[in-house]
Amino acid sequence: MKLLVCISQTPDTTSKISFNADGTEFNAAGVQFIMNPYDEWYALVRACELREALGGTVVALNVGPTANETTIRKALAIGADEAVRIDSDPQGAGFVAKQIAEYARAENFDIIFFGKETIDHNGSEVGAMVAEHLDLPYVSYASKLELNGSTATLERDIEGGVEVVEVDLPFVLSASKGMAEQRIPNMRGIMTARSKPLKEVAAVAFEDATKAVQFSLPPSKAGVRLVQPDQMDELVRLLHEEAKVI
Amino acid sequence: MVLVFAESPRGQFKKTAFEAVTYGKKVADLLGTSCVALTLGTVKDAGELGRYGASKVLHIADNAFDDFDSQSVAATIAEVAKNNAASVVVLSHTATGKSVAGRLAVRLNAGLVSGVNALPTVNGAALRVKKSVFSGKAIAEYEITSAIKVISLMGNAVKPESMGGAVSVETASVGTAKGRIRVKSVKTQEGIVPLPEAEIVVSAGRGMKGPENWGMVEDLATTLGATTACSRPVADAHWRPHHEHVGQTGIAIRPNLYIAIGISGAIQHLAGVNNSKVIVVINKDSEAPFFKAADYGVVGDLFEVVPRLNEAFKKFKAG
Repeated sequence: MKLLVCISQTPDTTSKISFNADGTEFNAAGVQFIMNPYDEWYALVRACELREALGGTVVALNVGPTANETTIRKALAIGADEAVRIDSDPQGAGFVAKQIAEYARAENFDIIFFGKETIDHNGSEVGAMVAEHLDLPYVSYASKLELNGSTATLERDIEGGVEVVEVDLPFVLSASKGMAEQRIPNMRGIMTARSKPLKEVAAVAFEDATKAVQFSLPPSKAGVRLVQPDQMDELVRLLHEEAKVI
Repeated sequence: MVLVFAESPRGQFKKTAFEAVTYGKKVADLLGTSCVALTLGTVKDAGELGRYGASKVLHIADNAFDDFDSQSVAATIAEVAKNNAASVVVLSHTATGKSVAGRLAVRLNAGLVSGVNALPTVNGAALRVKKSVFSGKAIAEYEITSAIKVISLMGNAVKPESMGGAVSVETASVGTAKGRIRVKSVKTQEGIVPLPEAEIVVSAGRGMKGPENWGMVEDLATTLGATTACSRPVADAHWRPHHEHVGQTGIAIRPNLYIAIGISGAIQHLAGVNNSKVIVVINKDSEAPFFKAADYGVVGDLFEVVPRLNEAFKKFKAG
């Protein structure tokens, strides 16, 4: 079993988000960066569980600069066997997908894992792009994955419910809640992560046809208007006449 | 031409399809071209899409599409887009759209922005579109420069608008390979508007003290024609089903009205709901962080406030 887990680095969930004065760049000053939670909690942990049950190798892959190696080492501490960093400063999903696909093409992975989306651009794009580059089936928002030989059974989140699907290896998936439980790396994991292989691969050229050109902050709320708990007719009136939502 | 892929899960269009066609028509007007809708598989009354601005509906009736596979759907949309010289392809940012959009962009060598929430602006041959990023904490504007562009539209971002009558449906076919994913079963709650599409959401958290108390939440939702949701601890404790969980790890929603009952408003919860148009928070703790993100607040015991609010809504609906 050869499993690839694609991990992204994102600002921590609780980070205050800001941009430079003309709104063209994210302001990274004082921001704590983490492994994208869905990549870590769901994709990586499920891949490690499958390797523990069935044997094989889990490779963690990141497309990013040297500074991302702390995040990559964390993936190794959680349980990935080896890691690959495709050296670049990616600006868009198309570029990232192209890099992953070029690397994975020659490696014949059985399953390529992604988190359901990243918590920065919230696009949910890269998994589908990689699947298309590699001509593989893609199961998005998978909340459950079981393997039976070379056949996988998955549950995927759809609007208001779940869909149960079956697919033969190899394939690509994006993982959502339910796939696995978060793992805190233990001391042994952290120690062994230091000596696990982390290979650097050069990026291939790719011109993204989509670019983020302007960032802004949403208009701030006017502040909460409190209604007394025995004045619910007043709240209904406000929702009807002022907010116009009922 | 602007091509809109109108999803028809289990043979029926949903609101998201009408939103996508409305949006596609407005994009087409901006570009001085027409809007054509594409539907795949079994569908009732495909011509209905004309009401929302499609000048023509292409229907590929092959029922192999009734079992969803992103690969065959993306390949088919790409073929239709090429055959009709589409300049923009619009999808819905749904479970289906999220699986298809990236594939389609690769196939068409197109720039993609997924989850847009406003009409584009035209900048020469490029389009600029906005979406919410950093889990609702910021807005980003993207420029797409490729000849053909793919956009997926966030639910509840535009209102479906009636802009004409039903139109003729043209049966089409393109020879694309069958998908390799086998759909074994689909479990959905019929008769309930799914959360991403709901205009009013009544959501409750740990303050409810136990699943046995949810009756009042359901009553309130029934009065308002709302969909029920819950916070993460509630779903984790199995008080409510997983698919009701809104927040960062659950579903991100943007209803017109979000009523949060007994939810403290942790940042991870807000990440899933902060795009709601109006937020009402009911909590006994006046220090609950949710009040900072709310438009209207009630500091009080939810077990008294919620039934009272339900009565007030009933009176309003009756009167």
